[in-house]
Amino acid sequence: MEQAVFFFEILLPALMQGLVVTLQLIACSAPFGLALGIAVAVGRQYGNPVISWLCKTYVFLIKGTPLLLLLFILYFGLPSIGITFTAFVASVVGFILCNGAYNAEYIRGALISIKEGQMVAAQALGMTRWQAIRNVILPQALCRAIPGLSNEFIYLIKYSSLAYMITVIELSGAGKLVATKYFTYTESFAAVGIVYLVLVSITTIAVTILEKRVAVPGTARATPSAQL
Amino acid sequence: MNNNDIVLRVEDIHKSFGGNEVLRGVSFDVRRGETKVFIGPSGTGKSTLLRCINQLTPPDRGTVWLDGEEVTNSGARINYFRQKIGMVFQNFFLFDHLTAVKNVELALLKVRGMGKAEAREKALTELRQVGLEDWADHYPAELSGGQAQRVSIARALAMDPDVILFDEPTSALDPELTREVLEVMKKLARNGMTMLVVTHEMGFACSVANEVLFMENGVVAEQGSPDLLLHDPRFTRMKDFIGRIDSRMDD
Repeated sequence: MEQAVFFFEILLPALMQGLVVTLQLIACSAPFGLALGIAVAVGRQYGNPVISWLCKTYVFLIKGTPLLLLLFILYFGLPSIGITFTAFVASVVGFILCNGAYNAEYIRGALISIKEGQMVAAQALGMTRWQAIRNVILPQALCRAIPGLSNEFIYLIKYSSLAYMITVIELSGAGKLVATKYFTYTESFAAVGIVYLVLVSITTIAVTILEKRVAVPGTARATPSAQL
Repeated sequence: MNNNDIVLRVEDIHKSFGGNEVLRGVSFDVRRGETKVFIGPSGTGKSTLLRCINQLTPPDRGTVWLDGEEVTNSGARINYFRQKIGMVFQNFFLFDHLTAVKNVELALLKVRGMGKAEAREKALTELRQVGLEDWADHYPAELSGGQAQRVSIARALAMDPDVILFDEPTSALDPELTREVLEVMKKLARNGMTMLVVTHEMGFACSVANEVLFMENGVVAEQGSPDLLLHDPRFTRMKDFIGRIDSRMDD
């Protein structure tokens, strides 16, 4: 009985509040992370040498350093040069930068996989390089990048918990507060884990539906069973 | 038909890849409504020549003129000329993520800025031309090679080009599919389309070409009507070449 009271009246409401913040973090980060990923991948693959180098360096820096470090710099470091973010904004900026870098790599891989003939045919019709990228190359590349991008989105769901390290009380943080206050570490963190599992499961199902929707009829991707 | 105006002029085209000089000064004029067929051993620069005409491969030297305007060194205006110079590729290069009709209408929408309804109607008209109206909503992966090549011809036709370049349009197809593509091309030729065709199909060359250009080692070695090159004793090299390949006189 007491367990039930703890669970329904203390833990669950706290986690739901944290979940709202987690969802806000993801909703604010993911779209820009995707946009940044596309821009960086295209810039690296098709941009002039300077842009290409900038994109490559950005990805190198993000891939080579812990996200936590980036969050610390954004939140604790930048005020010393006059840039002050709220903890929430600092988290979102950090997640966008991180998400964008990894997305860029998935998208770049997909861009490379598009056969050269697609670009040649588009240019032969009078399209500029940019029109060809925009209308022919990218739509195909993004479809191919979906498995990688969804993977990265799932990572985002989980590493959003790092926002707690710079004082944002999101899902993990809310769980931590309850756990410490009531000395219920196992129950609280298990409950937090289940919520993440649910989020990731929903994402996985959504991605499966999305992949079916965008699959091009007649290709192996449209009928996975045919490959077996 | 007004047969005397020159729509395309190619002058002294040179192209090297590394130290390998693939084209060593190729020149010819194309009159409106004419079909020229390029024949010759592999690696003699036939495909490169076509790509030099629409600048997909910029030539090292030489000029290309379309309707009196210079195509070479035209900067950003090249995209205008490419609309006027259609191209059909050996491996079709259809846009894999788009249905047949969308393949045909994409450039109408994005390059020509045509409205949706108008572009769709034009795309369907072109698909009808190549006998594929019923396949408009199928994706490239659902089409046979012959159908895919006909869609790519429709895609080129949709831009109302002055001339269409065919780069070995049937080399990736088996004989039956080859026939259906050649039928479409013959119909175009009869309807007065100006065409440059790189092919090994002697039957097609004999029945459609106004002129055959036999290329060897980066130059036009022999040039004339199919009849002349095949039967006049002064010309020997193309006959030798044809003797060597497995020619199907399938017409």
